[in-house]
Order: sequence, then C-alpha cells, then structure tokens
Amino acid sequence: MAAMTDGKSDTKGLSPLALVGHALPWIIAIVYYFMAQGYLTFGTNIMIWMLFAISLDLVLGYAGIVTLGHSAFFGIGAYAAGIFSIHVSGDPILGHLVAIVLSGIFGLISGAMILHTSGVTFLMLTLAIVSVVFEWANKAKWLTGGDDGLQGMRVDPLFGIWPFNIFGTTAYLYTLAVLFIWFLIAWRLVQSPFGRSLDGIRQNPRRMRAIGTPVWWRLVAIYAISGAMAGSAGALSAHSTRFVGLETLSLLTAGIVTVVLILGGTRRLYGAFVGAIVYFVVQDWTAKQNPHLSEAIIGVMLIATVLFLEGGLMDLGRVGRRLLGRKPTDAA
Amino acid sequence: MQHYAYYAATILLDGVSYGMILFIISVGLTVTMGLMRVVNLAHGSFAMVGGYIAGYFTQRGINFYVALVAATIIPGILGGITEATLIRPLYRKGELAQVLLTIGVVFVATSAVSYLFGAFPYPVQFPDYLTRPVDIGFRTYSGYRLFIIIVGAIIAAVLWYVIENSLFGARLRAAVDNGRMARAVGMNVSVLFTTTFVIGCGLAGLGGAIGAGILSPEPSYALKYVVLFLVVVIVGGEGSFKGSFVAAMALGIIDTAGKYFYTEAAAYLLYAAVFVLLLWRPQGLLPPKSVA
Amino acid sequence: MSTSSAPALSIRGLNKSFGALVVAQSIDVDLQPGARVGLIGPNGAGKTTFVNLLTGFLQPDSGTITLEGTSIEKMAPEMRVKRGLARTHQINALLRENRTRDNVAIAIAEREGYAWRMMRFRPQWRRCCDEAQAMLQDLGVGDVGDRLVRELPYGQQRLLEIAIALALKPRVLLLDEPAAGVPSEEAHRIHDVLGRLPKDMAILIIEHDMEVIFRFAREIIVLLQGRVLTRGEPAKIAADPEVRAVYLGRTVV
Repeated sequence: MAAMTDGKSDTKGLSPLALVGHALPWIIAIVYYFMAQGYLTFGTNIMIWMLFAISLDLVLGYAGIVTLGHSAFFGIGAYAAGIFSIHVSGDPILGHLVAIVLSGIFGLISGAMILHTSGVTFLMLTLAIVSVVFEWANKAKWLTGGDDGLQGMRVDPLFGIWPFNIFGTTAYLYTLAVLFIWFLIAWRLVQSPFGRSLDGIRQNPRRMRAIGTPVWWRLVAIYAISGAMAGSAGALSAHSTRFVGLETLSLLTAGIVTVVLILGGTRRLYGAFVGAIVYFVVQDWTAKQNPHLSEAIIGVMLIATVLFLEGGLMDLGRVGRRLLGRKPTDAA
Repeated sequence: MQHYAYYAATILLDGVSYGMILFIISVGLTVTMGLMRVVNLAHGSFAMVGGYIAGYFTQRGINFYVALVAATIIPGILGGITEATLIRPLYRKGELAQVLLTIGVVFVATSAVSYLFGAFPYPVQFPDYLTRPVDIGFRTYSGYRLFIIIVGAIIAAVLWYVIENSLFGARLRAAVDNGRMARAVGMNVSVLFTTTFVIGCGLAGLGGAIGAGILSPEPSYALKYVVLFLVVVIVGGEGSFKGSFVAAMALGIIDTAGKYFYTEAAAYLLYAAVFVLLLWRPQGLLPPKSVA
Repeated sequence: MSTSSAPALSIRGLNKSFGALVVAQSIDVDLQPGARVGLIGPNGAGKTTFVNLLTGFLQPDSGTITLEGTSIEKMAPEMRVKRGLARTHQINALLRENRTRDNVAIAIAEREGYAWRMMRFRPQWRRCCDEAQAMLQDLGVGDVGDRLVRELPYGQQRLLEIAIALALKPRVLLLDEPAAGVPSEEAHRIHDVLGRLPKDMAILIIEHDMEVIFRFAREIIVLLQGRVLTRGEPAKIAADPEVRAVYLGRTVV
C-alpha cells in the first residue's frame, strides 16, 4: 500500500466515503447476524478463517516470510483451548488467553530458531516444524485424542452470561468481537514504523541491514505476534465447534489459508475478508453440485491469480480498469 | 544371533527399497529445483498419476510392463504441457509465486483423480511372481521389494552414466552450476529445462507406479508425500543427483528402522531430525558443485 | 580540521580466501576523520569484497577492524551501521515500491531509533519526511521526492543511494562506484555531491573513473588480487610505473 508510507496521507484525513468503506465489512457482519439466523455457523467459520488469513498476511504479505507451516499455530491454539477446557476450566476467555500465549510463545521460539534462514531452506523448516507437531499430536492420543480428535470439551457460558448454543449465536458474536479486536491491532501494526520496516525487509533485506535495521529481531517479533493471532483463530475454532481435529495441524490447512489470502490479495488486510468469503462460498456452493469440483475450482482460481492477478481479487478493480484502457491510478 | 541378522536384513532391505522409490520419484525434482530454481510442490502429482495409470491398466488385465511404460510416458507428456504453460512463467517470478501456483496444480490434480477414480486407495495389480516371497540365498524376501531394488539400481546407474558421460549430462551439469554462463556459451537452456522436466516427471510417474505397493495411489497422495520428496531434495542438496540418492536411502532406512523400533516416535522424530539437519547444514548434505 | 590522531576506521591484517582464491591479503588501511581515500584496481582485485568485509556482509578469516576505537569485526552488519559505518552499493539496493523520500525517511527513522515502534508515530514520521525532503533538495533531487523509485532514471536512483547513506549521518562512508553506469549528463551531479560531502566524514570511494578519483581523493590505494599494491598521493600514483603496468597502458591523468 503506497498510502502506508506516504508522508502526506494519514487516517486523520479519511474521507467520509473511506470511513464508510472501512465500516462496511462490520456492518455486513452484523446484518448477517440478524438476517441469516440459520447459517450462523457458516459465517462463524468464515470469520475464523479471516482471522487466520490476516495473521498470515502479516507474515507473508507484509514481512515477506514465505511459510507453509502456519497451521501449526492454528492447531496449537485450538488444542490448547480444547485441552485447557477439559483439564483445567471450561471458561472460554481463559482458555482463549492460554491459547494465545502458548501459540505466541511457540511462534517466538520457532521463529527465533529459523528466521536467520530464507528461501527454500526456510520453507522446508516450516514444513518440518508443522510435520513434527502434526505427527506428535497424532501419536499423543492420551492428550489430543489422536486420529479421533479431541473429545469432551466443555465450553462454559461467555463471561458466565451467554451460553454457547446449537444455533451458534454466542459463537458468532464472540468470533466477530475477537476478529474486530485483532483487526484493529493488525491495522495499527501495519501503519506503524514497525510495519513500514517490515515492508522494507520484504522488498530488500540488504537495504534494511544497510540502514541499521535489526532484521532478525523484527521478523521474530512479527512471527510471534502472527502466531498468537493464528492461535487465537484456532481457539475460536475449538470453542465454536466444541471439537479439535488433527486437520487443524495439517499441511492442507496451511495450504487453504494461503489460498484464502492470495485469492483475496496480500498486503490489504481486507484481502483476507474477500478471500475467505470467496473460498467458502465457492466451496459450499460447488460441494452441493459435485464434491470434487470445489477443490478443482479453487486450484484453478489460485493458478489464475498467480499468473494474472498479482494482487489477488482485490486487484480486479485495477486490472479491470487497465483492460478497459483507462490509466490505473497510482495507489489503488 | 541369527534372529538379529534377519531383522537387520529386513530393515535394510525394506529401507533400501523404500529409499529407491523416493529416489526415483525425487530425482526429477532435485534437478528441477537445482537447475531451474523452481519450487515445484506439484511434483508428487506426477508420481500419483503414474500410480493411477498403472492401476487403471493392470486392473483391466493389461500387461504390467506395458502399464509401466504408460505410467512413465503419460506423466512425462503431462509434465511437458505443464512446463510449457504453467512453469515457464514462474522462472523469474520468485519463490512465493512458484509455491502458490504449484499448490494450485496439486489441488486440481487431487480433485481430478478423486473424480475419475474415487476417494479410496487405488491399487495396482502386480504380476503374481512379484507378490510372492523370493529365495535370495540366506533368506526369503518380498519379490516385490526385490524388484524395486533392482529396478531402482538400474535406473540410478543409467542416470549416473548419462549425467557423467553424455553430452546431455555435461550440459545439465554446466547449467546447474552456472545458468548464466551456460546461456552465454550458447546452450539452449530452455530446451534443456523442458527436457529435464519431462524426464523428471516421467521418472516420477514410474516411481509412483512401481512404488504403488508402498505409497499407494490415493487423492491425497500429492499433498501427503510432498514433504518427503522435498526432504530428499533439500537434505541431499538441490541439484545434486548423488545427494538425493544418499538422502533417499538415508530417509528410507531411518524411517523403516524407526517404524520397527520406535513405532510411537518414528514419524515426528524423522521430521525433527530433518529440522536439526537443515539448521546445521542449510545447503544440504552433498550440495552440488555439479549435478552429480 | 581534525587534529586527533585516532583514525575513524582502522583495518589491520585483513585476510579472506575462498579455498584457493585469495580475495584479501594482509590489508592494512587507516581512514582518518575527514579522509578522502580512493580505492582503485582492476576488475576482480577485491575492492567490493573489501567493502563487504568492512560492512560485515563477509566474515574475514583473520584481521581486525576498528571503528573509532571499537572493534567491530565480530559485529553484525546492522550493528556496524548503528556505530557510524555506512555504504552505498555498486548495484542499487533501494525500496523500489516506495517513494523516493520515503526511502530516505525510513533510514532517518531507523537512525533516530523509533523504527521499531508498533504504534503510529505521526509527528515523528513527519519530521523524518521533512528532513528527508531537505536532504533530497540539497542533493538536487528535491522535485522527485514523491515519485516511486522504480520510475526514477538510473542517475537519480544512484543519487538516492547516496542520500540514504548520508541520512544515516555516518562517521565513515564507503562509496562503491557511485557514478558507475550513470550517463554523463547525470554523472556530473554525483561528482558535485561528492565534492560537498561533510568535511569531518571519513570517505573511501571505489571508482574506475580516474578523473573522478584524482579530483576527489587525497590518497589513493591500489588493490591487486586482494592485496595492497601501493598507496600514496594521486600524483605519485599517477607516475608509478607498476600502477601503469597493472592498468596495461590505460592513460592515467
């Protein structure tokens, strides 16, 4: 976002139109709550993946850290929340905080161990990490339930007042609130000097070193924060479905969140919103026609995005204008 | 004493045969990554397709060896098409684009085989003489795995010979060492790229077909085993033929031994070992000064 | 004018080889504050390697590097920058997606120590931008402050490379062929800038353009195959038959 590093534009000067634009997703989410009472779990799931994708955007989109192991944080957060509810307390807020802390610490430690590498080596290390966690969780049946998943979770009423019911009303609003909080944090983060330096690191780490940026420290910091955020998404998943399965730790999950982010567009934060909606709507729609079709369509969309739509679906506006022969504006 | 020797021999033979499959499948990938510097996560799909083709043919009573030939040629052709259309734009696009696009290919391949052949493992009918135990002197052993070891050794030897002694091999090694220089002396690098990609995919298909008894063809094959193939390539050193052979053998034997001794721990200890190894030697065990 | 005897940058016994290839051999160099030293030598002599060793992108096999009394040969590159050692790159290392002014402003923010802040720092960022704009103005490229770097002509990109290094307010500046590849109309602007660099800054410049070197440098070091062939004042170097031989008859002004 060129606007991010612009000395001139700051949100203080946001036009009313822009403000409405920013508020729109949240308004839609609330409207959805009232209008789609039968489909709240679908909406909750999408929001969970939005949060997951935003966490990946921080790391992949802004800092340029190419990882396929982000599901490790999601799964650790989910299992942490689930196991906590079984063995310690069913309070969802406490469990959520534990999940955030644990996945954040995991991000801190694993990031510190591998972020001095880059490229294929780094990618391989992230794959190794997520594989280790997956296989260990698979074998540790006593703790995780292994193949069968985590059974017997307790999810007490939120703040002791709002119980989680089968209609998913509490889960939906709880997820929406958490998403909103994290979104604000992510938004401030990417607009901050820290976020700016991450963008610089993505573009040219050598240049950043040459101006004295402690690159490794900055990367570890964002990796840990992103890990905590992904773990939070995992906790939401655990609480809203009252179940944690091994697939939360799988390579497929890491692949899907990457697809969601890329489809929508990196370095926009809102790209995660667009991508999650598109992915799950397409999947839901086509699964009814033909279960295999959704995966194929997503695959084709991903290929097309990479080849033609560098900025993801959010770039359609710019690409469309260019195709129509009009000059694209500078900071779209 | 004899008991331990028997066990040791089983582990060794099982490990080597498993390693042979990994090698045959991964050797194309190591050359692709070392030569074209493209991260191809979809490589396993070609092995998967090879397995499915062999299964399709043999289930209909077609001769096993004909099936193997088809399982080599068809993925090779598919590889050529893929390279021309999808991979070529990736050469200069950077790692992220390569990862993403090849994941997309995996998704498409997975859904295609799932649609055509169903969601369950799709077996290859091996000829009778391969499914029986064979007397190899000091003991009997699975004929199937013996077959794999022999075929794998032959392929490795042929590849070694070609890479070391042929003009093609010399060109390949030169281009891996220094692509820019290779172009500068007039080598048609893009033809080289396409040729090696096609051969690599063909070999992967063959490996997928022969190895169907160990890694059975199923829709999740490509994604499930991609980490294994990448491990072979990266632990061995991208572009290193020798390295991928050694890494494949090591992976095969260690994984098999692990399954015998520490069934509980095997899988994650293996990946943990890969993790430690990569931190210690990021360039791989035997990084190429040349492809061999 | 500096009267202190302590060099700004002191290199002793710098050695580096890659197997049989020796790229640095027992190099001893002192840069006094305010020094204007030119580093010349044929291609492959090890000039950029030398700079990489100084800045920490390459680890020496042996030798010491002392920056204003502090030993830095074990420090990470970014730490050396924080201590006052800056460089420009032979091949531009710029943030091409950003605006010209932002490239400099980011360096200033890093220098001032609030680049790590995770909350917005509006007034401070504005100050960085103002200082950046002033610096660009000073270097004669004030009017392109708003342009994206990838749209700039090559000569202005080279100037930006220098601007960023200057924005760090270094004690020692290493310039790696600042005018290389720049068309002659734009090159004079770079030469101009070189002449106006702060008097107390120690500067080492790698150049192939002998005219620039002789105009700018008060001392010249000649590097050949990783070792110092000879050093001295420009006039002496110009007259040196060994140097002439190394350059194989190329006329030295």
